[in-house]
Formats: sequence, structure tokens, C-alpha cells
Amino acid sequence: MSVICFALVHIGPGDPLSTLLPEDAPQEVVDRLKAEYGLDKPLVVQYVLWLGKALTGDFGISIVTSRSVLGEVLPALVNSLILAVGGAMLGFIVGMILGGLAGYFHGRPADRVFTGMAITGVSVPHYWLAIVLVIIFSVELQWLPSLGMNMSGATDFTFTIENFRHMVLPVIALSVIPAGIVTRTVRGAVAELLNQEFVEALRSKGMNERQILRHVAKNAAPQVMAVMGLQLGYLLGGSILIETVFAWPGTGLLLNNAIFSRDIPLLQGTILILALIFVALNLLIDVAQATVDPRIKR
Amino acid sequence: MTQVSRATLTSLLHRKMRRGIGIAALASAMALPGAQAQAEDVLRVAMTAADIPINIGQPDQGFEGFRFMGYMLYDALVLWDLSKADEPAGLTPGLAESWSVDPDNPERWIFNLRKGVKFHDGSDFTADDVVWNFEKVTKTDAPQYEPKQAALVAQRIPALKEVNKIDDHTIEILTDGISAYVPYQVSFWFMSSQEHYEKVGSWAEFAESPSGTGPWKFVSQTPRAKVEMVPNKDYWNPERVPKVDRVILRPIPEASARMAAILSGQVDFVEAPSPDAIPRLQSSGIKIATNAYPHNWAIKPSRIEGSPWNDINVRKAANLCIDRAGMKQMLAGNAIPSEGHLPPGDTWFGEPDFKIGYRPDEARELMAASGHTADKPLTVKIAISTSGSGQMQPLPMFEYLQANLAECHFDVQAEVMEWNALLAFGRKPADSEEAISKGINAIVISHATQDPYSGFERFFLSSRISPAGSNWGMLKDQWYDDTLAKAAKTFEPEVLNEILSSVHERVVNEAEWVWVVHDVNPRALAPHVKGFVQAKSWFQDLTPVYIERYRHRPRPAAPALYGARPAGSTARPVRLSFPRHPDRIHAVLCVETASLLDPDRAGRVGDLFRPCAYWPGRPP
Repeated sequence: MSVICFALVHIGPGDPLSTLLPEDAPQEVVDRLKAEYGLDKPLVVQYVLWLGKALTGDFGISIVTSRSVLGEVLPALVNSLILAVGGAMLGFIVGMILGGLAGYFHGRPADRVFTGMAITGVSVPHYWLAIVLVIIFSVELQWLPSLGMNMSGATDFTFTIENFRHMVLPVIALSVIPAGIVTRTVRGAVAELLNQEFVEALRSKGMNERQILRHVAKNAAPQVMAVMGLQLGYLLGGSILIETVFAWPGTGLLLNNAIFSRDIPLLQGTILILALIFVALNLLIDVAQATVDPRIKR
Repeated sequence: MTQVSRATLTSLLHRKMRRGIGIAALASAMALPGAQAQAEDVLRVAMTAADIPINIGQPDQGFEGFRFMGYMLYDALVLWDLSKADEPAGLTPGLAESWSVDPDNPERWIFNLRKGVKFHDGSDFTADDVVWNFEKVTKTDAPQYEPKQAALVAQRIPALKEVNKIDDHTIEILTDGISAYVPYQVSFWFMSSQEHYEKVGSWAEFAESPSGTGPWKFVSQTPRAKVEMVPNKDYWNPERVPKVDRVILRPIPEASARMAAILSGQVDFVEAPSPDAIPRLQSSGIKIATNAYPHNWAIKPSRIEGSPWNDINVRKAANLCIDRAGMKQMLAGNAIPSEGHLPPGDTWFGEPDFKIGYRPDEARELMAASGHTADKPLTVKIAISTSGSGQMQPLPMFEYLQANLAECHFDVQAEVMEWNALLAFGRKPADSEEAISKGINAIVISHATQDPYSGFERFFLSSRISPAGSNWGMLKDQWYDDTLAKAAKTFEPEVLNEILSSVHERVVNEAEWVWVVHDVNPRALAPHVKGFVQAKSWFQDLTPVYIERYRHRPRPAAPALYGARPAGSTARPVRLSFPRHPDRIHAVLCVETASLLDPDRAGRVGDLFRPCAYWPGRPP
């Protein structure tokens, strides 16, 4: 994974000093700066040096800002986490309700409506939706702010109404895709389970629909949880597009800036940390699935 | 307005509030942070940069960094006069009151420093600071040497060889050869406080509380989010003491986000709104400020052996085949059609014989004379970016250009790169392996042209071939080398202007580049932002800006409360009006602002939100 992180940021054209320095900066000064950042060494040497430090938790210093990479990534990660949890909660709740209803009313008009909504959610580019939300709620109605975490421009989240106001639009924009995907998954799982023999058996035992649905939900849980876990992982990575549209100071915006400025240490550090979180989250989901459904252990 | 009795209104309000009090209180509370942020005159600026420019002296982020960090926190020995909108910005005394070249030694300049100037940390500005700041960017073994600062300023002060103190308020600058451009060069070199650096011990610490002598003082910054500054009330030039109480600079690289921010009232001043957004902004009462400035958007052709651009007919034909008026229209009027390398009216424009304009017939004749016809078009390949500082709208402009030039037997192909990649590509000259292998024989990187070095030397001197300058095309012409060397040794401004005008005339007559337009750098200003003068420069001055609603318009009388205000109450009137009639106040409700965020009282909405009725024209 570390090799991929390192290789990815070095494959692209351009270099960090091109954006940082004027185009006519004297070559000797540029060379001195390259040496300062170790960019004059062969790639393999750069990789070994970087990995050695990264293993001890030292992800280096951002070339553009001269700030520590970890100091940049961790606060951004917290901000992305806040948005991701908000987006995931909204998306999962909407998805489960719509999916459950669509599955229960399989083949009927309600199913078609909810499935149509799910397909729309998955298909609509969320950056486009974000811009539309900004136009409607920020520009035209002026109900909600269009960018940042608060009016003052601070980047640390506190539990104030102001911070929540700033969260509303990005959370909605972010929740649309998970809502669509969870709706489809829940619908498929519920519709399939409702046709299974054990449901017939439960019905013949005289159980009412609510009790039956509880059994169905328990059986559908592992499958839905896997999907939710993946979605949460994607959201935790920070949505580059959503965070850029709303100037939300998370990892997505950080990555976006780092890509454009070719801030190699920052890019490598951020991608590696996000990748580690994604892997850890998948592991967590696997464990949770096994807990919910003992069959998976076998 | 319908006459409604006070009792009816009060009863209506009570009834409405019982039903919708929670929502209303929440909505009012939500409106408050913005209102509180406006308690003082704050100017909130949206920059196009992705991050806060470096704040320890020499800024990064190109000239936007100079504009919003360099010339705000710091001063140079010589500054730019940004007070006029009707003539190109020229040099004006800064931390040096006067300067002259030694009559006995043209490689020695004497600068007389301004007395009584203090850094923001309270220390005095003296000649020692100038020497110390020179060592900061040139002397690699000096404790204050900072390699990034050195790299950011080195190409701007190439003539400076040595800086020595003569007395506390006089310095000498020794140059590397004779150079008349020293005043221009020192205008890009900022003075940081030596005493403050020694007190804090490192540049990293200095960045937490940077100290210069500029008209603004640093307060705080949040990486990638904002920097706050307040006026330096003791600034040495009382005319430039800022008028607002605070300025907040926010990096918002996304143009649509900047537009939404000003329309939703989150910022007051926006850099570079997208041209297609300008009509929408204007319809909301937002003012658009524009002005010519020394910028050009042009095609820099390769002049290496075998390049099709070596044929002057081809270069002239391309210059004559661009419908610049149409392009201006496409850019919503935010451009000045090029008539040369410099914007029309520039001091050094001169009177070129070759008149650049849209004459496709003439262009086709020139192309035919060089053997290029509709059946045998000339293929050229131009490297261009998708976006970037000063690049305007590169791709739509390129497509327009492509269609224009096709009419004159050009087959224009593009090598589209991302901005950083184009910059890296542009640092290698036209004969680089990459350019040759991809068949690229021209490049579009917009440039500043405000001083003799940035306007001419770096493009047309054979010693300035990239990366030693910006002569990407590798143009080698002895006439430019000789004439520009002569200009650099000319100390009389009138003679210098004459020589530089002759350089510009030749540049145009030889059609060295294909010039398209000059940007006018649109800025969007909220209706309450007043006093901004858009100088004909890359740099701008925010010190004369003021916020009208507080200083110059009487505040609306506070509406009377319904009933007596309880002792110790912080009730704040909140005006309610309908969106379609924002000027009409329909009711005023009182909100206990201080209690809104008090968790103990959060549930008791009635305590926070009480009726206080008011109809304009019918005071209670």
C-alpha cells in the first residue's frame, strides 16, 4: 500500500517547486531548495527514507506550508469524520426506510417510486447537487451558509448552532449516494427474504407483520452492514468534490490542495493515513458482521 | 400599509409564536452569528489562493501573495503608488525616503531610510534591518537565512550584490554591473523585524506572530482557512492607515464557491469572479471593479531551428487573425484587446508600425506568401493549462482562438496540461526533450509586465532562456541584448522610457509573440464596501476601503420593545420581513441573544424569544 501511495504521487507530471516558486527562479536556488527537501535523491532512496520515518509516525513536513503533515492531516480528518458521520447517518436512515418500504411493497407503485429515488440518488453527481443546494439555500433563499465551518473561518468544530448550520448542506449532498446505495441493498435483501420459506413458516405460526419484519431485518443486517461499512469508509476519506465546493476543511479539501500544489509529503501522508483507516474500518465491519450473523464465522 | 391595530398585531404574534416559536427562535439564532461578526467594521476578502500565503516576509502564491500578505504586513524600501485608477501604478518612496546612484560609481546606490518607523513588535526600523534582511535571502551561512524565502525573491533582485550600512538611516547597495532597475527590484523585497526574529528564535515561531512595518498588523491565522489583520494605527504614512477595523482574508480557490460566498453574505470582497457569473452578481447589487493592468495573455512561440514560428509572416498572420473584440464579448467584456505586448496606454507602448487587429484577409495573404493555404494548413501545437493564476479562461479562449486561426490556414492543436504541469513544462525551454517529443512549438502562460525586467528582459534577452528567465521560445536577437543592456544602464527616466518604448515597438513590429488580450482583473464588491480604488497594477491597496453601513449611514433607530425591557435583559430586536420586500419591516421580535447558547435555558424557548411588536410608522 505504501508503495502505491508513493508511486501514485510521483507518476504525475509537475513538481512541488513549480507552483511554489516563480517560473524564473534561478536554477541554483531551486536546486538548493530541492536538496533541502530531499527531492534531489533517487526515487528509491526517497521512498526508503519516507517509509522509515512514516513507520515511526513522522510523515514529514509539507513542502508548501512548512507545517507538519500529521498536524495538517489530523484536524482535517476530524472535520471529515464529522461530515462523514452526519452524511452516513442521514444516508443510512433514509436508505433503510426507503429500502425497507420498497422491499416490503415489492413490485407495487411505492417500490417503483422509492427505487426511482434510489437510482436518482446514485446517479446524480453529488458535486452538481452540492452546487444546486448552494444556489437554492445559500444564494437565493439565504437560509444557510455556503462555505466553511463557521462564519469566522475557524476550522475547529465546536457544538454550536453556527457549526451545525454550516454542516447542513454538505451533509445532505454527501448523504445522497449512500442513501441510494443502501436503499437498493435493503430493498433487494428485504424482497428476497420475504420470499423465503422461513417467512412463510413464521406467517403460518401466526406471527404478525411487525414480528416478521423484525426477523427479516435481522437476516438482512449482515449484507446491509457490509455495504454501509464500505460507504462509511468512502465518506471518511473525505469527498474531494463536496469539501471543495463547500470549502469544508477536511481531508478532501486538503488532498485537493495538495494535488494542485504537488505537495508530495502531504499527499503521501494523507493517502496513507486514509488507506489505513479504510482497511481498519473494513476489518471492523467484518468482525461486526460475524457478531451479528454467526454463520459468517464458519 | 394596511392599518392594523396594535392589539390585533400582538395577538397575532402571540398566536403565531405559540405555533412556530421553536422554528422562529432557531431561525433567528441562526441569523445571529453573522450579525455578531459585523459588530465591528470587518472586511472579509475571498482570495483565489488555496492557502494563506507565507507570512514571514517574501510571500508565495504569486502576486496574490504580494497583494494580500506582502504589501499588507510589510513594506519594501520602494513601494508602488496604488492610489490612482487612471494611470499605470508607478514607484513611490516606501521605507526609503529617497535614493540616488553614486555619481562616481554607477554600481553603488545610496538609499536614505525613513526615520521613526517602527515594526509591529515595537522595535525601530534601521539600516541594520535592511542588511539583516538581505542576508536572510542571500547569505547561506547566516542564522536567519531561509532557503524558501531566498528562492521566492532571488529572481526579483538579480542586480543586488551587496548591502552595507553607512549609518543608522543610510545604506549603500552595490550592484552586479550597472543597473538602473534597482528601485524596481527592491520594491519586491520586504523587511521583517530582526529584533522580533531574535526574540522568537526561528522562522517557524516568527510565522506565528509575524512583524513587519506595513499598514496592517497580523492577528491570527488558521491554515487553509483565514488570516486576520487589524490596522497598524502607528503606520508611518497616516494617509494609509486602514479604515476598517479588521480584515479577514480567506483562501477560496473555487470560483463558484467565491461567488456563492458573496451572494450569501459570507464575504464582502471577491477576487476574480468568473465572467459568466458577473451579470448574476450585478443583478444582486454587487459592484464589479475592473481596470487595465500590466498583464498579457499571449502565445509564446518557439524560435528554435525548424519552428514554423520563425517565419515572420506566420507570426504576423496569427496576430491579424484573432477576433479580439469577439473574445472580449465572450469574456463578458472583461478583457482589453491586445494591440501589443503591453496594454494600450502603457508608458513604454511607443508607436509600433505593425498595427495589430482583426484583418483575416491580410493574414491569409501572408500565410499564402509563406506557402500555407486551405489545402496545406500550417500545423502548430500549443501547450496550455486548464486553469491557473492569471490564465483567465484558458480553454474557452483557446477554442475561440483555434476557430479564428483555422480561418487563416492554421491547424492549431492543443497539449492541455494541469497548471502545475504547465509551469514545470515551462521551466524547460522549447528545445527540451518533452517539447520536441510532443511536437509542442508554443506555450500560453500569462505574464506580468510591470517593470523592465518582468516586461522585457526575462522574455527577450538571450541570457534569460528558461529556466534563467522566461524566454521559453529561446529567442536570440543581438538587438534586444544590446538595447536592453543599454536601458539597464540608463538612469535618466525619460531616456529610459524612450529606449524601452523602442524595445516595445520592435517587439510588436517583429510580432515576436501572438498577443490576444489583457486581463482587467474583475473584483466583486458587496454594496456596502466603499472607497476601493482599483489601481492599474497587480497589487492593490485595501487601506482606503470602508464599510458604509456603519460609518457613513446613520444606523436605523432601534425599534422600541413591547413592554419594558427586563433588568439585565440582553433582548435583541430581530427584524422580520418578507423576501420579496426586504426593505419593509413587518415585525420585530426580541431574542435573548446571550441565552441562546446557554444549555440550561435551551429548552425554555419562551424565555429566549419574546414578542416585541413594531410597525414602521406606528411606533408603540
